[in-house]
Amino acid sequence: MADLFDDYGGGPAWDEMLERDGTPREASRHLYEALSRLSEGELRARADALARSYLTQGVTFDFAGEERPFPLDVVPRVIAGEEWDHVAPGVAQRVRALEAFLDDVYGPQRAIADGVVPRSVVVSSTHFQRQSHGVRTPNGVRVHVAGIDLVRDQAGTWRVLEDNARVPSGVSYVLSNRRAMAQTFPELFAALRIRPVADYPRRLLAALQASAPSGVVDPTVVVLTPGVYNSAYFEHALLARMMGVELVEGRDLFCAQGHVWMRTTRGRRRVDVVYRRVDDEFLDPVVFRSDSVLGCPGLMTCARQGTVTIANAVGNGVADDKLLYTYVPDLVRYYLHEEPILPNVHTWRLEEPGALEEVLDRLDELVVKPVDGSGGKGLVVGPRASRAELDVLRARLRADPRGWIAQPVIQLSTIPTLVDAGLRPRHTDLRPFAVNDGETVSVLPGGLTRVALPEGQLVVNSSQGGGSKDTWVLGGAAPPRADPQAARRGAPMAAAVPIDANPDDDLSAQVLQQQQQERARTRGGAPC
Amino acid sequence: MLSRIAESLFWIGRYVERADDTARLLDVHLQILLEDPWAEEDLACRSLLAVMDRPAPPRDVVVGRDHVLDALAYDRVAPSAIAGALVAARENARRAREIVSTELWECLNTTWNQLPSHLRPARPHDFFAWVRERGATVAGIMESATSRDETRHFMVLGRSIERADMTARLLTTRALAGSAGPSWTTLLRSCGAHEAFLRTYRGSASDERAAGFLLLDRFFPRSIVSALDQAEQCLADLEPADDRSAADEARRHIGLVRMNLEYRPLADVLAGLPHEMEQVQRACSAASDAIRGRYFPTAPTTTWVGELL
Repeated sequence: MADLFDDYGGGPAWDEMLERDGTPREASRHLYEALSRLSEGELRARADALARSYLTQGVTFDFAGEERPFPLDVVPRVIAGEEWDHVAPGVAQRVRALEAFLDDVYGPQRAIADGVVPRSVVVSSTHFQRQSHGVRTPNGVRVHVAGIDLVRDQAGTWRVLEDNARVPSGVSYVLSNRRAMAQTFPELFAALRIRPVADYPRRLLAALQASAPSGVVDPTVVVLTPGVYNSAYFEHALLARMMGVELVEGRDLFCAQGHVWMRTTRGRRRVDVVYRRVDDEFLDPVVFRSDSVLGCPGLMTCARQGTVTIANAVGNGVADDKLLYTYVPDLVRYYLHEEPILPNVHTWRLEEPGALEEVLDRLDELVVKPVDGSGGKGLVVGPRASRAELDVLRARLRADPRGWIAQPVIQLSTIPTLVDAGLRPRHTDLRPFAVNDGETVSVLPGGLTRVALPEGQLVVNSSQGGGSKDTWVLGGAAPPRADPQAARRGAPMAAAVPIDANPDDDLSAQVLQQQQQERARTRGGAPC
Repeated sequence: MLSRIAESLFWIGRYVERADDTARLLDVHLQILLEDPWAEEDLACRSLLAVMDRPAPPRDVVVGRDHVLDALAYDRVAPSAIAGALVAARENARRAREIVSTELWECLNTTWNQLPSHLRPARPHDFFAWVRERGATVAGIMESATSRDETRHFMVLGRSIERADMTARLLTTRALAGSAGPSWTTLLRSCGAHEAFLRTYRGSASDERAAGFLLLDRFFPRSIVSALDQAEQCLADLEPADDRSAADEARRHIGLVRMNLEYRPLADVLAGLPHEMEQVQRACSAASDAIRGRYFPTAPTTTWVGELL
């Protein structure tokens, strides 16, 4: 019945919308039926409306030095409420474990002493910053915002692909995708109960304020951006705007008398919390790269003295390390005494005896990743690589086994996506965002679904020219209303104040007369 | 200036502002209905109709967004709907054609000409965005190409009174619908005040501050107090006080209600918000009547009756 879904042809991967026999899954049923009613032309018209709305808003992404509208696909991802109630605690659990690990590794290092993580894995990590040792925020939070990348394998199991505890980006696209989709598909929003995402900036601000140095009554939070040419500048500006805080660049800040200040038209103003979107190495030329113009000299000293909070904390990258990733399930058990809710993807540690040989042997069927890479850079998918590429890779793995990990090729789950040929299955992942305010880790319902647009492409990343989808988590309990009684009855309305209008506008009589007059004149009759 | 012309100018200001404000109000309310899965559509729509002085359908009929859109946005006859207000603004400009600058006339006339093609788009948001854009164009022309004489004073006076009135109605929607109504954030957004508010209070938003911002902020042009302030200023410009003891009646209405908001504790005002907002609306209406009485007197229409004396 659905011409849009003709020749859809699901592959071996798990499809988020359709069962293997082509019938829609329960949560997606309504969406599927709504899409089926549309003709391809109508769907493309909606897609154009989405793209136009993004151009107007300036929702763009820097791709190879060019500013492009962030590609948003018309077909959203739908996640059933029950399913999300399994994923969200899993993400939160992961963040709590990473939080405990970071606190430990920049402090007493118990996990190393107890043999859970080898010392060599920690100290050899590129992002392990000795300068952070002993720096602790007042409420102990280091991962204020985390993005945990999830994928779904052939069997439909959610698995963690990687952790982002440094400066995870993409949440602005979650917010703006939702807005654009609500304007484009009002009828779907009316029919489905989709959990809202709009209060994310408020939560983030609350978490940042909670981490302010102790004794500060009304903390000043700023967002530190590398500048307008950064690929995620749109996001920095959006977050600053939605939180109502200043968006600063490194040159707007300076350190004096043990505090961080910003230059304003009313003189200097003290800064208490820096939500930085600048990488560790550029933060403070005194401690890190001395040629950095993006940071603020002295920032680390102030952080060490506890007069300013840097969020996320410096040195979180050690938890992002893809080799450390393999130890996270153990860390969950060690710190939290819980079983991991979301499993990892099976991973070979190349330094373990026998692992390197096995991986080199099966290189053409594995995915190999550099441990400190992000955005899919340097990643090699064995089955799609040429013989020459594999040979180069072999040599590099032998030379630096610590620098790489290997994983089996996972057929990421697919979702129907509008491409030139119509709706086709494309591989996706999901990045839910978690905010830690020191009391609870709250996970934003949904997250950023990224989609690889070329057919069969398994690397889903916006820096690789990928697209995105809005992510709808259905259902859930209604939030508590202040006064349920008031909602029922509503305040009585005595009598509405009428809306005035110019009395002259009611002209029926006058118009008639003026016209009659003219008619009379043309007839030549004398007006009386 | 002829009183009749002045009256048209006054109403151009009011109608254009009305279209703009109504578009903002509807845009945000509809967006909320879409985004908040727990919104009660029937109740929210009924409270909107009530606030905008529209008869609600009988209790047993479910009121949906389409009904609201037809009544408040696309109705070309009622001057309290967006389309109707734009039509009326153009009619008034036509009557004052010799005073209204060509630029302004062409702007209003173009709006009127384009109106049919913008009605009932696939996304109501597009219509609202277009209306706001036209409103901004009118305001821009008034700002940049109208000399600061009576022409402008009357238009800005109409605009300010309408703005105070509409902001008061907007605040009433919250009180009326109770917890099913829009949040303060929504209200701020519909006035385009959300970002200004966040910057002012650096994100530490509370309901009370949000209410205070829309009611009392002296710097934000859409707050009730600053709109009333501007209306008073226009009245003062039109006629500097010459009477030593008594104020002009329109100024008295506006001043009184402004003082009432400004000099009472915010908590008191919020406790009886619907009542206070009704006072504002009544004051605006009374001021409008007083202005008509003072500046646009109409001679009683004389009707001759053919009777023997």
